[in-house]
Amino acid sequence: MKIVVLVKQVPDSSLDRTLRSDDFTVDRESASNVINEIDENAIEAALALVEEHGGDVTLLTVGPDHATESIRKALSMGPDAAIHVVDDAIAGSCAVTTSKVLAAALANREYDLVLCGAESTDGGVQVMAQMLGARLGVAALSGARKITVDGANVTVERQTDDGFQTLAAATPAIVSVWDSANTPRYPSLKGIMAAKRKPVETLSLSDLGLSADEVGASAATSAVVSAEPRPPRAAGQRVTDEGEGGVALAQFLASEKFV
Amino acid sequence: MTEVFVVAAGANKLTYEMLTLARSLGEPSAVVLGAPGTAASIKDSLAEYGAAKVYAAEHADLDAYLVAPKAEALAALISEKSPAAVLLPSSQEGKEIAGRVAVALDNGLLTDVSALEADGTATQAVFAGATVVKSKVTKGIPLVTVKANSLTPQAAPAAAELVEVPVAVSDAAKLVSITDQVVEPKGDRPDLAEANIVVSGGRGVGSAEQFSVIEEFADLLGAAVGASRAATDSGFYPHKFQVGQTGTTVSPQLYLAAGISGAIQHRAGMQTSKTIVAVNKDDGAPIFDIADFGVVGDLFKVLPQAGDEIRKSRQ
Ligand SMILES: Cc1cc2nc3c(=O)[nH]c(=O)nc-3n(C[C@H](O)[C@H](O)[C@H](O)COP(=O)(O)OP(=O)(O)OC[C@H]3O[C@@H](n4cnc5c(N)ncnc54)[C@H](O)[C@@H]3O)c2cc1C
Ligand SMILES: Nc1ncnc2c1ncn2[C@@H]1O[C@H](COP(=O)(O)O)[C@@H](O)[C@H]1O
Repeated sequence: MKIVVLVKQVPDSSLDRTLRSDDFTVDRESASNVINEIDENAIEAALALVEEHGGDVTLLTVGPDHATESIRKALSMGPDAAIHVVDDAIAGSCAVTTSKVLAAALANREYDLVLCGAESTDGGVQVMAQMLGARLGVAALSGARKITVDGANVTVERQTDDGFQTLAAATPAIVSVWDSANTPRYPSLKGIMAAKRKPVETLSLSDLGLSADEVGASAATSAVVSAEPRPPRAAGQRVTDEGEGGVALAQFLASEKFV
Repeated sequence: MTEVFVVAAGANKLTYEMLTLARSLGEPSAVVLGAPGTAASIKDSLAEYGAAKVYAAEHADLDAYLVAPKAEALAALISEKSPAAVLLPSSQEGKEIAGRVAVALDNGLLTDVSALEADGTATQAVFAGATVVKSKVTKGIPLVTVKANSLTPQAAPAAAELVEVPVAVSDAAKLVSITDQVVEPKGDRPDLAEANIVVSGGRGVGSAEQFSVIEEFADLLGAAVGASRAATDSGFYPHKFQVGQTGTTVSPQLYLAAGISGAIQHRAGMQTSKTIVAVNKDDGAPIFDIADFGVVGDLFKVLPQAGDEIRKSRQ
């Protein structure tokens, strides 16, 4: 089974993140960049499937030069190879144009499954799997908390607000996964060493048959026009429980008319 | 007046919010995508909140296959009627329909929008709510998904003229079948996303059995129960009750966090709550930075004592 996993490099969501002051795109240069966390769940799902059914796993990233760090890190979990689409003209792309680039990179490849994260942490729109499905004419099973492959059939438990749906399709298919799907493995020392030698193919826009004016800021279908930090919430009253903390809490709730 | 599409999420608050928002942009037309009979069953509620028309784009296949048929039907209707804007619910399904429509019509898309001005300027929170941005669709019409609890719905009765829309589902839209739909029991508590009060527990609750402390306190206040990811990951509470960036976003009148440290990803899902109360034994927990009222203490002492006190006051 051939699996491609889409991996995005994003600014670390546990640190302060900013938009650039000139064009309000995500500041990726001064940020501490990491693998989009849920993409590690997609990698884990791919590795588990290949362990069960045999096959290989290739990563696909569209991102700037420094995304190679995240690619090597992702490779250390166990995937076999990676493709890095990098081109200055891609900077400033919106989700719709990014899906155009990813679709072009997938179009001529052979795969049984494409796995991706359900959402990216840097303003992700949560719809990459469906946009790619629409572009490529391939089945898109989104929001998986469980994936099962049986021959050429793939079944997914799609997490919903009040339970789950069971989805079924024939391969090739695109599946997006939530963080509830699994717990990503930590890279082993051996994996980290091996990752250094794994093949990473670098592709430009022209390699994909796309021209610069089809992507990037100029072709973006939406734009941020202004940005402001949310006014911070002021911390309120605090009591330390010395035997009467619960009483104080009840009094506060009563004074605010919640009880 | 210009027509604005509202893709109905059912007869519920979010649909009424979207209709209310649409009225500030033009004349709302509700679009119902579903199995035959769906539009007729919710038409009266759509009328109450201002739908001048109700497009019934109905076909059995719309519920039998995942999102693609709905997106196809909506894209066709948009092409035919050229509305000034299209609003969809910011649910997983709503976003996915919008994403496919964006690709089909080569149109921009904005998700998780909390306000939309007549000129198409949308308000969104990014970076776990830390930054508020104004954005615009620069290609095509404003195609936006609206976040629940963004505004207060206002009734404004209108005709809700029912218009049948013929739907043809292509083979390309039938690649993913929905073979089963399981609603997991949610009990008698209010819906997490819509509740006025939410009481949440985190890793500090310690175990699934001990979550009863959270449930009991929630029931005393008539609240919904939420959980942090650490609590759902540890199996203390079902995943669908997770509050935060990768869970549900809540914005209740009161949010009470017990045994939750207040990681940025958790705050992303609750920091717009009107009043925030925290109970945590670590006085350095970041949750206290955003709490209106905090008790530094053991939740297993504080919550039961507060519960007794509340029960006493009700006698
Ligand atoms: C991409 C990404 C997405 C994420 N999405 C989410 C999300 O949607 N929702 C979410 O919640 N998290 C999310 N997280 C995880 C988040 O970073 C934190 O790990 C998580 O919120 C921590 O949960 P917690 O506060 O319950 O646990 P901890 O951080 O371990 O905090 C437990 C707290 O309980 C206190 N405590 C312990 N015992 C007691 C006691 N007896 N009485 C009172 N207090 C006690 C401790 O002092 C501590 O502050 C996400 C992370 C990433 C990277
Ligand atoms: N530039 C990119 N390169 C590779 N994968 C991406 C990229 N952007 C998005 N993805 C994938 O799409 C998923 C959903 O992203 P998003 O639609 O941005 O929320 C991510 O978790 C990734 O798996």
